[in-house]
Amino acid sequence: MTDLTTTPTPGGKRHSYGSLLDESPRTKKRNAAETRFRVYGVIAISIGLIFLAALLFAIVRNGIPAFTQTYIVMDVELTAAKLDKKGNRDIEDIKKVSTFGYNPLIGTALETLVAENGVETEINKGKELRDMLSSGAAAQVRFAVIDNPDLIGTTQEFTLLAGSRVDGYMKGRVDRESLARDPNLSPAHLDIVDALAADGTIKRIFNWDFITGTDASESRPEQAGMGVAILGSFFMMLVVLLLSLPIGVAASIYLEEFAPQNMFTDFIEVNISNLAAVPSIVFGILGLAVFIQFAHLPQSAPIVGGLTLTLMTLPTIVISTRASLKSVPPSIRSAALGVGASKMQSVFHHVLPLAMPGILTGTIIGLAQALGETAPLLLIGMVGYIATNYPDGVASGFLDPNSAMPAQIFEWAKRADPAYYERAWGGIIILLVFLLTMNLIAILLRRRFERRW
Amino acid sequence: MPASWILLIIIALSVIGYFIAKQRALASGGGDRRVLHSLPKYYGTNAALAAAAPALLILGIWMILQPVVIDSIISSNLPEAVQADRGERSLAMADVQRIADGLDTAVSRGAMTADEAVDIRVGASNVRERLAEVGVALGSEVDANTLQMAQEYRALTSTGNIWRAIAVLVVALGGLAIAYMMTHKDFRARNSVERAILSLLIAAACVAILTTVGIVFSLIFNTHDFFSRYPAEDFFFGTRWEPSFSGRGGASDLGFLPLIWGTLFISLIALLVAVPLGLFSAIYLSEYASKPVRSIVKPLLEMLAGIPTIVYGLFALLTVGPLLLDVFGRDGVLGVNWMSGGTAAMTAGLVMGIMLIPFVSSLSDDIINAVPQAMRDGSFGLGATQSETLRQVILPAALPGIVGAILLAASRAIGETMIVVLGAGAAASLSLNPFEAMTTVTAKIVSQLTGDGEFNSPETLVAFALGMTLFVITLALNIVALWIVRRYREQYE
Amino acid sequence: MRDNFRAENDVTTNAVKIAARNVQVYYGETHAIKDVSVDIEDKTVTAFIGPSGCGKSTFLRCINRMNDTIDICRVEGDIRIDDEDIYDRRVDPVQLRAKVGMVFQKPNPFPKSIYDNVAYGPRIHGLSRNKSELDDIVERALKRAAIWNEVRDRLHAPGTGLSGGQQQRLCIARAVATEPEVLLMDEPCSALDPIATAQVEELIDELRQNYSVVIVTHSMQQAARVSQKTAFFHLGNLVEFGETDKIFTAPEDPRTESYITGRIG
Repeated sequence: MTDLTTTPTPGGKRHSYGSLLDESPRTKKRNAAETRFRVYGVIAISIGLIFLAALLFAIVRNGIPAFTQTYIVMDVELTAAKLDKKGNRDIEDIKKVSTFGYNPLIGTALETLVAENGVETEINKGKELRDMLSSGAAAQVRFAVIDNPDLIGTTQEFTLLAGSRVDGYMKGRVDRESLARDPNLSPAHLDIVDALAADGTIKRIFNWDFITGTDASESRPEQAGMGVAILGSFFMMLVVLLLSLPIGVAASIYLEEFAPQNMFTDFIEVNISNLAAVPSIVFGILGLAVFIQFAHLPQSAPIVGGLTLTLMTLPTIVISTRASLKSVPPSIRSAALGVGASKMQSVFHHVLPLAMPGILTGTIIGLAQALGETAPLLLIGMVGYIATNYPDGVASGFLDPNSAMPAQIFEWAKRADPAYYERAWGGIIILLVFLLTMNLIAILLRRRFERRW
Repeated sequence: MPASWILLIIIALSVIGYFIAKQRALASGGGDRRVLHSLPKYYGTNAALAAAAPALLILGIWMILQPVVIDSIISSNLPEAVQADRGERSLAMADVQRIADGLDTAVSRGAMTADEAVDIRVGASNVRERLAEVGVALGSEVDANTLQMAQEYRALTSTGNIWRAIAVLVVALGGLAIAYMMTHKDFRARNSVERAILSLLIAAACVAILTTVGIVFSLIFNTHDFFSRYPAEDFFFGTRWEPSFSGRGGASDLGFLPLIWGTLFISLIALLVAVPLGLFSAIYLSEYASKPVRSIVKPLLEMLAGIPTIVYGLFALLTVGPLLLDVFGRDGVLGVNWMSGGTAAMTAGLVMGIMLIPFVSSLSDDIINAVPQAMRDGSFGLGATQSETLRQVILPAALPGIVGAILLAASRAIGETMIVVLGAGAAASLSLNPFEAMTTVTAKIVSQLTGDGEFNSPETLVAFALGMTLFVITLALNIVALWIVRRYREQYE
Repeated sequence: MRDNFRAENDVTTNAVKIAARNVQVYYGETHAIKDVSVDIEDKTVTAFIGPSGCGKSTFLRCINRMNDTIDICRVEGDIRIDDEDIYDRRVDPVQLRAKVGMVFQKPNPFPKSIYDNVAYGPRIHGLSRNKSELDDIVERALKRAAIWNEVRDRLHAPGTGLSGGQQQRLCIARAVATEPEVLLMDEPCSALDPIATAQVEELIDELRQNYSVVIVTHSMQQAARVSQKTAFFHLGNLVEFGETDKIFTAPEDPRTESYITGRIG
């Protein structure tokens, strides 16, 4: 202890702390710094939460209108002379009358409607009045007639789709000023709309077609729906689930329970952790090159999307599955081995069932991630395909070109008409409802089955 | 025989195998299952696997190899000039294939007899019209050579398919027979089944390797193709990005620099937003927040990570962009006229930053929590305040881990696609103004591959070169980041 | 030096530094310390002994309010240092901990250089006006912790690179560098080998000249070697407190006797 003898007795200059009850100026300063630091944290979190709130607010405010649609209720006289010239009610002849044949009837109906309501307007020609309706309205009437040819010759009440400008006006997206530069509708039309809306002839009702309907061409945003894209996503998720769950679980079991510590195992592990961080667009390139260029699978088909997303989701599933396998205590394995079970039996009979809730939770979260992924779908052609037809059956559901929810949203966001922006936001609400449901299921699973060892 | 039939037969064989082998095992033990080495179901499974596994393997390999082999046989008939160029060759082969498929369709629809499909010649009847009748549209008139090659293709394919069926079924039956013969009460069926299952597990684990190999090969081949059409130095050092779709090659400037500049610039903005916000959030949540606050705020912040990027893209395009334009645009609140359109580096960067907040915060949270409590105790015991402890002890200790987290976030930002496709604009520029439209590597991969350009033009193939550089950059970042994080974790384990 | 230990043990006329009255500590529902009252003297080594989980460490951590950092911990009663209630609303635990230093069971040097480890306390409490003063403080602390000769050539090497005994002495140097008046030691030798333990024990005896030292220990031999006063804790109660010699030779309480003779442990 020679050090100590050289130490001067601290009598010389010994620091003295004052009374504990007085806050020293330095402590005051330090506490102020402490408070500042805390405030930074609060500010950071608040900004994060404000962003979240702004995002959700934007989605809800812009997307909710997509769930209602404007319709015009009117009586249309289905003149036999125009729809069934031969008068023999032959369904084949009736089918030959295209939507152009129905347009004048609707025009006349509109003229009557305007006259009956006593609206003063310089527009009185049916052809111009028809601008208020969707160009799909004639098809709506035509389908009703083909469905039931007996309607010919009668006057029927139809609830017909209004055009997107009228719809926009009812939702406050379009005003008279913006119409001044718009060839599709004139401000004079809006006077009629005002009058008809007042007595309920023009009304906004819940738009089931948006959820179940098909996509429409660029000029008919009022008709576009998500239905086919939802089916496309569904088939894709089916592929992802059926492939990534078994492969992911098998790979995890091998790596966690059987793999020897060697270069090969390390190599697999490095591969998995890197794949988990590879940008999703690279998986799109892989899908394009391998599944479409090389294997000649059909472009835009859900099976290709599903395969691509499977490869993308696998690392996520492997990582979470290994975590749940690891959380099963070794004593369970020893117990099984102790009664003479083989290693394989101990894993499949005891470890795997105990890890199952965790595995399923991880899988659902992986699926949710895949469901919202867009970039790879762009490259395998799921954007740009206009999903106007439902698949005929299960096989064509997998193999026929289709869209998917995020791809459909992107497609709408690219179209120039602001009416499509509303659809895109609405599509996001549908997508988020799916994601939220999946995550809730995952959380409930975890809560219900979580085991602490 | 179509593959689906073969598949059904294999399944049927293995089901039969299961039952007969089980029966034989029981019989060999005199009906007493206790004298068997393994449970009866293992004997059954063994036979079922023996029937199915090798047969399926051969079927799979055959299905992959047959087209490749036939392709190379047929393409040797092509003119030398066409064969030399990979692009031309694949175009010609695509024509052959389309006609062959068309003939198949025609036969299956009954528009042509099978003999007719084999014998039809260009002179005799208009093949294009005949095929159009059954809904097979051909772009141009069919020339004699191509038609003949298509017919040859069909002949080879049908011969191949017959041999395929024979080979696969022989293997399936053989496997079944061997397994059946081996089935005896002393046969170690369980060990044999478990070995088979283990190889399945190993095969599943190898999918990760195959995926990486697939990525690397699909990038390398097409990138190589690109560089054979466009000089590498012009790509890597070119400062202009102006692809033209009218002419093939030559007219386009495909310089990589403006794209990587836009990528890095936008990523930098995103990190400037995400790192301070994410780090301070993590610090507050892990060190200050009470349990109830933490249990509410943490999942809320993590919601930001669960929202798909397409949503952020739309948010950037339709909400943030116009908002920024209102502030920094020509008639904006500040009246500075820095911004001329809603899509800009700033728009994309800001929104990407929001997306990355939870990414940075949850990684940092883990890393801060991994610093042992003893460090905190030591510091508190000396009379340090919480912020002093954090700043001077915990953050320095956690620094490597946090750097790793930031690198991972950077790799995310560089690879992000949807936000930049929708929010950043399309014009490639080497500007320093964050309010100007910029474009990124990922956005251009999308636009070049979804455009109308021919697949073999440099304008399309450049996407693979871009993908390759993107892959290499993010891979390097990931490897370094994961290495740092792992080493950091080990330090405290 | 060892010979002197006994002779010094009967110095008993020191002022009371820490006075605890009716201290109760709860961890959530658990009543960890039950009604403990004790007077700890200045310039004395006081040992807390007792079986595991008896509350001796918990009580130690009350003296510099380290228990504040545990959410579920609640302290009642009265602890006074120099006749000031340390649980008074006006007391800042940060200021208190500068005055009451602490050394932990496991050496916990910060992942910084040796110099920065020791300078950490003086820096945050602003004890030096300039670099050379700080150098002096660091040197003095390292000397007082009897590690100066071993590390003087590598002050800027990381503190985590030292051996276990050196690390613990570094932590002691770190604690004394802030010039505390009381030094709390929570089983400071439990992670050390016998040689390092002997070094630290000698150090504790030296530190007694300037500080009131409170040491928690598992080893009765250690308590006997280094302390003048000993408190025996059992199941959260302070069973017996008095001169170390007396506790070890003629305990009053049968529980103390059982523990010392090795029947409860």
